[in-house]
Amino acid sequence: MASYKPTKITVYPKLGEKVTQDTVYWKNYKAPIQIKEFGAVTNINFSPVAPHNFAVTAFTRIHIYGPFSHEPVKSFTRFKDTAYCGRFRSDGQLLVAGCEDSVVRLFDVNGKVALRMYKGHTKAVHVTDFTSDSYQILTGSDDYSCRLWDIPNATELNAYQEHTDYIRCGQHLFSMFDGRVDKSVMTLDHGQPVESLLLYPSEGLLVSAGGRFVKVWDLLKKGQPLVSLKNHHKTVTCLCLSSNGERLLSGSLDRHVKVYNTTSYKVVHNFDYAASILSLALAPNDESIVVGMTNGILNLKHRKNAEESKEISGQQRRRPSYRVFVKGKNYFPKQDDYLVSKPVKQHLAKYDKQLKKFNVSKALDTALEAWTRLKKPEITVAVIKELDRRGTLKNALAGRDEQGLSRLLYFLIGNLFDPRFAPVLVTAAEMILDIYQSVIGQSSVVDRQLLRLQEMLEREIDYQQELLEVLGMLDTVFASSLPRKEDESEVGALSARCIEAR
Amino acid sequence: MVEHGDIRVVHRGGSKINSREPVISSDSRLLLCASGECVKVFSTSTEECIHDLRGHTGLVTGVLLRPSNHLQAYSCSADGTVRLWDFTDGILIKVHLPPPPPHPVFAAHPNTAHLYIVSAKGLQLEVYFFKKQKFSLKENNKKGRKNTFTCVASHPQDDCIATGHEDGKIRLWRNFSHKKEYTYSTLHWHHSVVSSLCFTPEGTNLLSGGVESVLVQWRYNQESQKDFLPRLGAAITHIVVSPDGALFCTSHSDNKITIIQSCVKVSAIIQGLVKGESLSTDLMVDPRSKAMVLNGKPGHLQFYSLQRDKLLFNLDIVQQEYIHQSGLQQFEVVKAAFTASGNWLASVEERKQKDAELELNLKLWMFDEQSQSFVLNTTISAPHEARITAMCFCQSTDSQTTMLVSTSKDGHFKAWQLATPAHTEDDGPSWSCDFVGAYHSLVPECCTFSADGSLLAVSFQEVVTVWSPSSWELLTTLSQPPGAIRDLCFGKLSCSKYLVGTTANNLLCCWNLLTCALEWSTSMNTSLLLADPLSENMAAFCPQAGFTDLFVFKPNEPRPLYSHKAVCSGNVTRAVFAPREEMLDSCEESSQWLNHSQLYFLTQCMVNPTNTKLSKLVIDDSIAMTPFHLLLGKHRGQQQQQESGQDSLSAERTPLPQGSAAIKEVSSSFLHV
Repeated sequence: MASYKPTKITVYPKLGEKVTQDTVYWKNYKAPIQIKEFGAVTNINFSPVAPHNFAVTAFTRIHIYGPFSHEPVKSFTRFKDTAYCGRFRSDGQLLVAGCEDSVVRLFDVNGKVALRMYKGHTKAVHVTDFTSDSYQILTGSDDYSCRLWDIPNATELNAYQEHTDYIRCGQHLFSMFDGRVDKSVMTLDHGQPVESLLLYPSEGLLVSAGGRFVKVWDLLKKGQPLVSLKNHHKTVTCLCLSSNGERLLSGSLDRHVKVYNTTSYKVVHNFDYAASILSLALAPNDESIVVGMTNGILNLKHRKNAEESKEISGQQRRRPSYRVFVKGKNYFPKQDDYLVSKPVKQHLAKYDKQLKKFNVSKALDTALEAWTRLKKPEITVAVIKELDRRGTLKNALAGRDEQGLSRLLYFLIGNLFDPRFAPVLVTAAEMILDIYQSVIGQSSVVDRQLLRLQEMLEREIDYQQELLEVLGMLDTVFASSLPRKEDESEVGALSARCIEAR
Repeated sequence: MVEHGDIRVVHRGGSKINSREPVISSDSRLLLCASGECVKVFSTSTEECIHDLRGHTGLVTGVLLRPSNHLQAYSCSADGTVRLWDFTDGILIKVHLPPPPPHPVFAAHPNTAHLYIVSAKGLQLEVYFFKKQKFSLKENNKKGRKNTFTCVASHPQDDCIATGHEDGKIRLWRNFSHKKEYTYSTLHWHHSVVSSLCFTPEGTNLLSGGVESVLVQWRYNQESQKDFLPRLGAAITHIVVSPDGALFCTSHSDNKITIIQSCVKVSAIIQGLVKGESLSTDLMVDPRSKAMVLNGKPGHLQFYSLQRDKLLFNLDIVQQEYIHQSGLQQFEVVKAAFTASGNWLASVEERKQKDAELELNLKLWMFDEQSQSFVLNTTISAPHEARITAMCFCQSTDSQTTMLVSTSKDGHFKAWQLATPAHTEDDGPSWSCDFVGAYHSLVPECCTFSADGSLLAVSFQEVVTVWSPSSWELLTTLSQPPGAIRDLCFGKLSCSKYLVGTTANNLLCCWNLLTCALEWSTSMNTSLLLADPLSENMAAFCPQAGFTDLFVFKPNEPRPLYSHKAVCSGNVTRAVFAPREEMLDSCEESSQWLNHSQLYFLTQCMVNPTNTKLSKLVIDDSIAMTPFHLLLGKHRGQQQQQESGQDSLSAERTPLPQGSAAIKEVSSSFLHV
């Protein structure tokens, strides 16, 4: 004697984005905080030392924010014109910034006035940075030159004049310089104006962003291009590496930040923002993402801490205690005991219990209960299908009052056009119309719903018509474009796929 | 050991055990039932077959315990004899030859206490008293046409007769010894025909069963109280109670006997080979268990042990509650296929509704090492828009991916591939569509992979298309019009460059794939073509004038290795090569092809069209007192007749070598399995 086999609920594949570890990781941020700056935020730089303040360069000011404060802890306002590229030194004590007025200023993060001013450039300085030994500053300017400065003496150590365009973190041709040599070591051609550069911590790979492309170059192989990524549809403006170096982030004027896997160079996540992105920075350990946009808004996202993220996932009810489950299970029979095994009770859903007893109308009523109908329409559809298979769907649908019938029709209106449910529900809808055609006109509620159903059916038929037309057009296009030999099989395959997709 | 092999057909089993009611011995330990030409003795506790009482040459039509000796039983058969057996030891004691051929005692029940016999037929119930005159009663037919009698049982002590009716009612007749004053009461639970009724020996309970496959136990005189034993699997055809009342026993329409304890609990199930309404899946051999696989119960695949003539298990494909109701469209397993390793099983189930469209499901099952059974991996609903005509796995063992090809009436063939999901959170690999192919919107009929998996042949009516599964490129087309292709087989081992096909207009063609040209063809009406998986040999069954001939050949030469005229009467519907447990080393040319495998085939027996026999060809080498002796003699006679007749093959084929067709004088014969 076999046990009752419960109704099979069809599991449909989930549509939409697949949940990966990356999406879980990158979605685990709190709601963003927006701070209005004075102008477009051109640069964001995190201090490498705790508490990881960050410098935001916007218009003529550089603001320094603390990790959690939404007000600037410090601001440098002594710029005569637009400031550029405020950057921390590796000890977090000094900050360097270029300016439209060609002067490079060095600040103590605790002071207010510039410690040193480096004058020598003739045009706006867009690029400033400390060298890795932290005693020198490298600057790049619109006067086509790059200069190396000694910090304490404020003297120019070297000037590189090889560039032939504005240095905005590079140009068409960007060059690698060795501080010890006068000439460039390597020249790489990106193809478009370079907006941003990023050197891997291992210094083996260089990432450049320019135009719509992000390119990765292998420096150890004489600057061989490794990969070219074309995932943005507007100019990529900024690049950033995640703290563990396994993910690369790029921000673009198309208002997206994309996260790439640095081994496969595939996009694993995507952030959307309200305006074009000019600058982007990640706090150490990816604690927060800071994005600066053209409309002067600074967008801060902080990572949820462990408790908060657990709270979301741990919403389930409190389970019965361990004792409940262990009850009676921890007794082991002794040698002389005769064990009477208790038959395992099969747990059945309510509609299954009713189906087992052939209570077909009741089973359908159970399946049409509000929660099931709205949250799990697949259960309702599976029960209708099962009733149809048993040949008793007509009996189950018949004999309903106005309320029961309108509930059924309401479910049909909601789900009849879902391609997953349509084959089953069309049969049911036909039966309902057959059964209740004599009572049409007796209830305004039912009549209204029937009219609605008719209207939706007509619309659906129009859609199908249009789709078939498109399919026909596609067929002609493919038939003329494909080479003669293969077209037979491939058009067949394609049209079959189109039919499936529909 | 094998010196002078002779090939002959042996009936291997698959007989019905539910055709007659079984008999339980008086100590309730043994159960006797008629099974084809023999009587089988089963143990009621272990379900094992203890003895085969062989001796009858016709179908056994009835079994009865000898009233004077409880260890002996009579059996009657269509061959006109009644035999007395000692069924505990399995010994034939006596053969009676009664003058008229005995017929089964239908719907009659002797009542020993009151000495009368009841018989019911159509709308008439007749009671024959041993002492008095006959009482006859015609059921009035006012309430409708469905109250025809279907079965009858008499109470062991009281004057009460229970009758079952076609409308599902049970009537209890009393007081019928007086002509006019009989009374009856009606019990109604069954919704359709009551097929069997039985009183327990004390008369306290009445058992009834029908197509609902529910055993109902009614209390005598307290008819409102009932006990049910639901979901017995298939419609109940007979109910029997053991003489001491401890065991009930029900026969079911799916060739099954269920033994039930009197507390209404199933204790044992004896299951024979299930023969559904149609054998839609091919005969297959499960590479792991070496069991034969075919569709059995509705929605199930059965695994049947060829060695032990025993059903190993049923695999539930449909996984739905079976509703026992006549006229209901049920899901049927129509196609199934195994991979060479036996790791994957593909099954197709379909349900054809009257007005709605066809419901099709393709399911892929993975063998689970831990539970030692097949576990559902992927369900593809509506894989095609029309019926699936053929399905096959890529049989090569070394290929990286497992591939399945299905062809359908909708004009497409689809390749399904096992793919590991790109995302980590999905558990395990699943199957997805890899390619959809078509050829001039013709309907593909059959498909087959070459032995190394590098070629796929799909036949579209009279055109055979050869594809490369790695690139899905159409490599070549072969055709031999007119006539649609019926079967396709790639050669194996040394003949792997050949593709053999049979067409609907009596042609067997062999193409050479290196030259893409027809190598040879011969005109023969082949109903079935199959290749031995372990050797180059192929077997072709050709129906001819009510009989079926068997030819075994290698694709590289148009000359049969072996031919057997009139292997069986009627048409061979399905056949399979089953690999042997251990190889034989026969050197006889005509029997060499059976060294690796045995050929099993399923026939429709002409004597009784409902009785399906599973037969096989064996080599025998020594004599014994087996019942096959007679069969052998018969066949030998037939073959010698056939031999004198002309060769059925056309002139294109070389004449048959004399030795292969001629039957050697068998000094001894012994059933060699």
